[in-house]
Amino acid sequence: MATGFHGVGAAVAALSSSPSNSFDSKKLLCSPRRSFPVRKGASFVVDRSDGSVNLDNNPKARRAQQLIVNAVANKADSSPASSSSKPGHELLLFEALREGLEEEMDRDPRVCVMGEDVGHYGGSYKVTRGLAEKFGDLRVLDTPIAENSFTGMGIGAAMTGLRPVVEGMNMGFLLLAFNQISNNCGMLHYTSGGQFTIPIVIRGPGGVGRQLGAEHSQRLESYFQSIPGIQMVACSTPYNAKGLMKAAIRSENPVILFEHVLLYNLKERLPDEDYICNLEEAEMVRPGEHVTILTYSRMRYHVMQAAKTLVNKGYDPEVIDIRSLKPFDLHTIGNSVKKTHRVLIVEECMRTGGIGASLTAAITENFHDYLDAPIMCLSSQDVPTPYAGTLEEWTVVQPAQIVTAVEQLCK
Amino acid sequence: MATAFSVPKFAAQPFNPISPTSQQKPLIFPTAASPFLGSTRKLLHLSSSSQLNLRRRSSGSVFAVSDIVKEKKSTSIPSLLITKEEGLELYEDMVLGRAFEDMCAQMYYRGKMFGFVHLYNGQEAISTGFIKLLKQQDSVVSTYRDHVHALSKGVPARAVMSELFGKTTGCCRGQGGSMHMFSSEHNLIGGFAFIGEGIPVATGAAFSSKYRREVLKEADCDHVTLAFFGDGTCNNGQFFECLNMAALWKLPIVFVVENNLWAIGMSHLRATSDPQIYKKGPAFGMPGVHVDGMDVLKVREVAKEAIARARRGEGPTLVECETYRFRGHSLADPDELRDPTEKAHYAARDPITALKKYLIENNLSGEAELKAIDKKIDELLEDAVEFADESPLPPRSQLLENVFADPKGFGIGPDGRYRCEDPKFTEGTAHV
Repeated sequence: MATGFHGVGAAVAALSSSPSNSFDSKKLLCSPRRSFPVRKGASFVVDRSDGSVNLDNNPKARRAQQLIVNAVANKADSSPASSSSKPGHELLLFEALREGLEEEMDRDPRVCVMGEDVGHYGGSYKVTRGLAEKFGDLRVLDTPIAENSFTGMGIGAAMTGLRPVVEGMNMGFLLLAFNQISNNCGMLHYTSGGQFTIPIVIRGPGGVGRQLGAEHSQRLESYFQSIPGIQMVACSTPYNAKGLMKAAIRSENPVILFEHVLLYNLKERLPDEDYICNLEEAEMVRPGEHVTILTYSRMRYHVMQAAKTLVNKGYDPEVIDIRSLKPFDLHTIGNSVKKTHRVLIVEECMRTGGIGASLTAAITENFHDYLDAPIMCLSSQDVPTPYAGTLEEWTVVQPAQIVTAVEQLCK
Repeated sequence: MATAFSVPKFAAQPFNPISPTSQQKPLIFPTAASPFLGSTRKLLHLSSSSQLNLRRRSSGSVFAVSDIVKEKKSTSIPSLLITKEEGLELYEDMVLGRAFEDMCAQMYYRGKMFGFVHLYNGQEAISTGFIKLLKQQDSVVSTYRDHVHALSKGVPARAVMSELFGKTTGCCRGQGGSMHMFSSEHNLIGGFAFIGEGIPVATGAAFSSKYRREVLKEADCDHVTLAFFGDGTCNNGQFFECLNMAALWKLPIVFVVENNLWAIGMSHLRATSDPQIYKKGPAFGMPGVHVDGMDVLKVREVAKEAIARARRGEGPTLVECETYRFRGHSLADPDELRDPTEKAHYAARDPITALKKYLIENNLSGEAELKAIDKKIDELLEDAVEFADESPLPPRSQLLENVFADPKGFGIGPDGRYRCEDPKFTEGTAHV
């Protein structure tokens, strides 16, 4: 499908052309391989790049500090150094999602997919293309148009031993499944006293697309964030899309994976070996000194485009893709705040009650003393997304606004 | 006793009282069309005829059990539907259900349990009739009126009572309460507070069973799921959506409608364009059966066939059981709206009295034996209450357990460690 990325083009080009050794000091854009977990012996090592950085982008300084965390060890995979020597393969984001899903379905026969047009049609964004032919109609189930009921069916299947991946054709459609997601998905592990687990993954494309109209341009992360008992993650690159998909499927918790309609055709070189991305962690996109910019999903690319302009103007922004919308990775975020003392949140969510609003509250609560300026939050306007292209552009945060905001913050 | 029953005074439209011979009269109001047999009528051998009908007709069959009875009434010699052991099992289960609910009411008014408590008095025949035919691995999904479903499925009375008292020894550790009874051991998958919510979950459990058989190749997996819900739920979207999916994929599920004619204060007739719920089954391609839900033996016969159908892989059945709740919707309901004559009519059809009469009349048991069962149940319940009373309340440390199956879901704290490692989490004092 045609997905012209307004403002994303530069980032896309950089991603697809960057060589596998991403530590070239000349490259200012994101190196997504930075934040995946590495297993060393019995302890679990998390590669969380919060290391200090100089303005000349010394690659050594950019390498992450290693932290030992008491978490369940993940499957072994390559360290940053070794991945640069392996060839890997190039995939578009929707193909990366599919690869992750297929690998998990191969690995565990209880993993199944349910959704509208996921089977014979291959998925409205082709994320499940070919899976029905490979795994059969029952494992990749084409459901009737009944979101509330098939989401509930997925929850019931999860409670009785399967590991379903429920696709909302558009995230907005999952509003119809809100009853099941809120009441059953989030709560039943607790109300049953821990007797039933619900290892379900609910995924789908959301966000503001290309003149899709108000109802197809919704950002449901703000509506779901209050539901106790669920985790929410948003993918933004092919690498983290595959990693998060796999981690979400393997997780015992219900996970909602937010994809973005405009990011499906991003291309990136992925490692050949098995890897996952930790569900609870944020991703350091670009270390910096002057200001912390927190973002997720498509806005990451608007931020990175603004970052180019900012660097030319002499600023050094630190860009973090928070990835985990619920819970927030307060460690990565906190370390960044402690370093830069200024926070800008750039999101596509609505202003009122959005992820940015919660993040602002969380940062203020936990890191108030470290702030030199009030937290700035750039969100979409509280407006039903208009159809007209110009109006649509003005509802969403654009790179120019980000540049202005940073300049204001750093005064 | 005449089969006629008096009209609820608050129905929107007046009815004709029904007797079996009045079938020829033009009937204006749909509900008057299905004659309901009183419990004092001799039970006739139904199993062969009902099997015949369910199989012979296409999946679009709609019929009332009473129609079949009328066909055979003059010809067959009454033969027994149950053995003595079965009869006593049914009796004991129904008495347990009744006595438990009565004890709940007592305990509620004594301040031992709070919130919304919905009692099942009068509907025991459905729970017993269906659930006693299930295996342990079969699943039951219920609504907020779930205490007796839990008991019939095998959850100990102690565990249910403790749960109601909010104690940590309850089946859900006190975290669910009256409306959320769960037991993974007995495959009781809820307990749901919103009506209709459990039906998709039941459909999912049935889907799992089919998946196991066909994808995971667990060849002997023939687990059946029963979904219980009421007449009010039958106007809800989730009900229809799941009827469609279950019939489409021939899921091993039985949809059991406990039509007690009232949804809190809303009469079924005032809420439903076509009150004959069983007719909605064939619209989706499954048989729709209507049965007298005050008669445990009739329910059992229908249940046997419906469950067997599901087990054979022939798909779902919609069973509408006409029943009545003797108490209000919940213990908070003053129950002023229902006509006392209607209540009296159904009280006279008490399923426990009916079964007792059947057992005695057919020499399956005697007064003394049944009284012994009553006594045994009373003692069981006293023990359950005592156990619940003496059980500890949940400690603070329990607050944050079970929110996530994997507590890493609480995220990473500012110090870099997972928040669930913070001792305040195990103490329950952390702020989430």
